[in-house]
Amino acid sequence: MLVTNLAILVLAGFAGYLTISKVPNTLHTPLMSGTNAIHGIVVLGGIIVLGLGVEGVLNKALLVIAVMFGTINVVGGFLVTDRMLEMFKSKPKEEIEAKPKEEIEA
Amino acid sequence: MSPFATILQDPEFISVLYIISFSLFIYGLLGLTGPKTAVRGNRIAAVGMAIAVTATLLIPGMGNWGLILLGAVLGTAVGIPAARRVQMTAIPQMVALFNGVGGGAVALIAWVEFRTSDGFSDVPTYVAIFSLFAAIVGSVSFWGSNIAFAKLQEILPGRPISLGRPQQLVNLALLVIAVGCATAIVMGGDSELLMIGLLLAAAVLGNFVVLPIGGADMPVVISLLNALTGLSAAATGIALNNTALIVAGMIVGASGSILTNLMAQAMNRSIPSIVAGGFGGVITTGGSGDDIDRTVRSTSAADAAVQMAYATQVVIVPGYGMAVAQAQHAVRELTKLLETKGVDVKFAIHPVAGRMPGHMNVLLAEADVPYEQLKEMDDINGEFNRTDVSLIIGANDVTNPDARNKADSPIYGMPILNVDESRSVIVLKRSMNSGFAGIDNPLFYGEKTSMLFGDAKASVGEITEELKAL
Repeated sequence: MLVTNLAILVLAGFAGYLTISKVPNTLHTPLMSGTNAIHGIVVLGGIIVLGLGVEGVLNKALLVIAVMFGTINVVGGFLVTDRMLEMFKSKPKEEIEAKPKEEIEA
Repeated sequence: MSPFATILQDPEFISVLYIISFSLFIYGLLGLTGPKTAVRGNRIAAVGMAIAVTATLLIPGMGNWGLILLGAVLGTAVGIPAARRVQMTAIPQMVALFNGVGGGAVALIAWVEFRTSDGFSDVPTYVAIFSLFAAIVGSVSFWGSNIAFAKLQEILPGRPISLGRPQQLVNLALLVIAVGCATAIVMGGDSELLMIGLLLAAAVLGNFVVLPIGGADMPVVISLLNALTGLSAAATGIALNNTALIVAGMIVGASGSILTNLMAQAMNRSIPSIVAGGFGGVITTGGSGDDIDRTVRSTSAADAAVQMAYATQVVIVPGYGMAVAQAQHAVRELTKLLETKGVDVKFAIHPVAGRMPGHMNVLLAEADVPYEQLKEMDDINGEFNRTDVSLIIGANDVTNPDARNKADSPIYGMPILNVDESRSVIVLKRSMNSGFAGIDNPLFYGEKTSMLFGDAKASVGEITEELKAL
């Protein structure tokens, strides 16, 4: 099991490396924010440990905080990335660019 | 149990869901690499996350639903408003904060794992090792990110804060304590004091590593902490034997490391020297100016407007000052007006302008500046000698010619925008205070340079008014 998981770990490392290595500078901030949201996957760890049963108030309290932290990471991360990327949408760009040119010609 | 439920809770079915979810992460990230597909990419990754959470909730024997729900509701209640309300200028510190809580979650999970397994005595050794690794890295990341947040939010001063020379030794000692505690636990120590000692040492280390780092290096630090949190999530995944955690964590670990490297390269800084601390601070600021003639020419909005109205090409260099003043919309207005007067306007974006690579692009995109007008450093640097006016709005260090000319400058070797090659330079600046890195900029004293002091937004607005009157 350990060896299989280590194999997965190494392959995932290369996958991450290859996926990211060709990102334009301009998208670095959204990308950092997006990858940041993805490591919010730690929320699964909190859910598993809490859901499969722990005893004791302190343990439970710590795990509720862990699930809360993980959820903030996921929800906040994806939302803020989405807000950022919405601004890159190319839809209004053409109109804006077209206008000044017409005015110059006129 | 109904046959349907049996299938849903089949461990293999859950594994398949995990495979789907991490495929979506990778596919989503591929989308994030292009401006057209980025929005969709991010949403695809979010769908992957939803599937991963659902799969986890299907694991047989899941319980404590109320507590899980409580954590999720609390997290959502904090996360959504935080992400909705944050100003685009404050994105870097928001990312730092979201990153920090991720690291915090990792550390807490490891702590509970320790408590429920009698100090890892009833689990395989590798589980203990990976959990403890996650605990140390998660704790460092949590506290380090909080300090990064506090510095960028200006709760703490942006300048380096350090103990001076002994800092490195203290940090090393803290790392040794943390690893020492971890080793003792792996060797069979089951006292909770060991675990608390480990978490505390890592917490202080996280504080001490980030405190001495100057504000200018902060984007690199956040990126590094982002990568670290990813790695710690992957380690947690191995300890919990959870494929989704391993893959997602490791992808972030790997991509975050590359991103960190790219950022450091853009600033001509090495990651070790950043982590070792302090821009400015200890380094000589170099011939602090008593000997050279330093007269600053200040100009008026009217003069600046005339200069630009009769230019053929104007290059705007935005910096963090533009972001702080919320001047991006005013700048867009100015740009439109100049274009109607037949002036060619371009934006020169330094890779680390603002506080994160791409931060300026986000802000300018918010103000509807067309993507094509934004030029990266290598594309625009050849154009400055054909540029009539370079308008610098709240940027400083990225235009500092000392980085090219003065070997003893702390930023010597950092690639800069060669604005000093253009026919004239207009600098919009609040005051003569030095930049984020605390380094003097001879550009401001240059013969071709004139300064327009004041709030960037107000200054840009005045220039626009003057242009309209022309």
